[in-house]
Amino acid sequence: MESKIKFDLITPISYPGEGSAGATGSWRVFKPIIDREKCRKCLLCWLYCPEAAIRVSEENYPEIIYEYCKGCGICANECPVKAISMVEE
Amino acid sequence: MSHPLFKVIPKEEYFLPGTPACPGCPAALGLRLLLKALGPKTVIVIPACCSSIIQGAYPRSAIKVPLINIAFAASAATASGIAEALELKGIGDANVVVWAGDGGTADIGLQGLSGAAERGHNIIYVCYDNEAYMNTGIQRSGATPYMAWTTTTPTGKREIKKDIPLIVAMHRVPYVATAALAYPQDYVMKLRKAAAKKGFKYIHLLAPCPPGWRFDSSKTIEISRLAVETGTWVLYEIEDGKFRLTGPSKGLIDKSKRKPVAEYLRTQGRFSHLSDEDMAKIQKIVDENWEWIKRWLEG
Repeated sequence: MESKIKFDLITPISYPGEGSAGATGSWRVFKPIIDREKCRKCLLCWLYCPEAAIRVSEENYPEIIYEYCKGCGICANECPVKAISMVEE
Repeated sequence: MSHPLFKVIPKEEYFLPGTPACPGCPAALGLRLLLKALGPKTVIVIPACCSSIIQGAYPRSAIKVPLINIAFAASAATASGIAEALELKGIGDANVVVWAGDGGTADIGLQGLSGAAERGHNIIYVCYDNEAYMNTGIQRSGATPYMAWTTTTPTGKREIKKDIPLIVAMHRVPYVATAALAYPQDYVMKLRKAAAKKGFKYIHLLAPCPPGWRFDSSKTIEISRLAVETGTWVLYEIEDGKFRLTGPSKGLIDKSKRKPVAEYLRTQGRFSHLSDEDMAKIQKIVDENWEWIKRWLEG
């Protein structure tokens, strides 16, 4: 008798994609807010972000990707002009 | 728009957000910067360590280059095989990188590391050293420093930290370096230097771990900087047998230029039980290390 179950080839290979652990922004307790008036576009926040959750805009302003930002606070801690504040969610 | 920073550290991301890494994770940042430094023609080998999960949970991967997960002790051997296979296929310009924790380097992977270094395979071995087995719940490793609290050393570890970069250097490999996350340009420059050399290269990256070292996730970079400024962590490279201090460590030979080690220790909960005597002993260990360095530099 012919099997009714269709076997697909399953390989233990992962493919690159954002959000491998889901929308990790939901982990956040404190939300970093960038004050563009104070920002000097040094991009240290971008450089030190462990999550790659800060992108750089066309005008070289850092922009936080809130969908993935875990709110670790490194950007606010390292900003030399204190242009990033951590606000409770 | 271009930015002076992009000349050293490319804008292109090969590390994709939304990983399972803890907030403020040094391994995630170290891997992200490594991929920026080495570019897309890189193969990563990861033994059992935090990065086994940071690189993404099936069916997704958080990094855009080929990656293989391998057993704890087998990372350097696997990378050796990949490097030889690529060479035979005529792909000699790809970077084969081991990205391993301190447990997989100082303890379980040491024979594989030593074997690959002795045979001189064309790979870059990077150890991100968070100074304990963080992935399984902060158990002590050979790289845990003296008196640090871990779940298996509840009153502080009694033995001193194993010096892996020097053990590897004694294999007479072409390049050995140390790095710290607070100085990304130094780290990236060392990775590029390693990639340009043929043979076995080793980089040891200090990775301050917020949950394991007991500090707030926002302080990862600050603590990494303090480790260097107090002289606890020394930035150096050994290129073709020649020892050289790099970055801010160059100016720290004179003890008066170094901050007291206690400033570094007091930022971390894992050292909160330390008495003044313990602090003095750790200061002594650090100072003695610098005396060694001084002698090497004087030749």
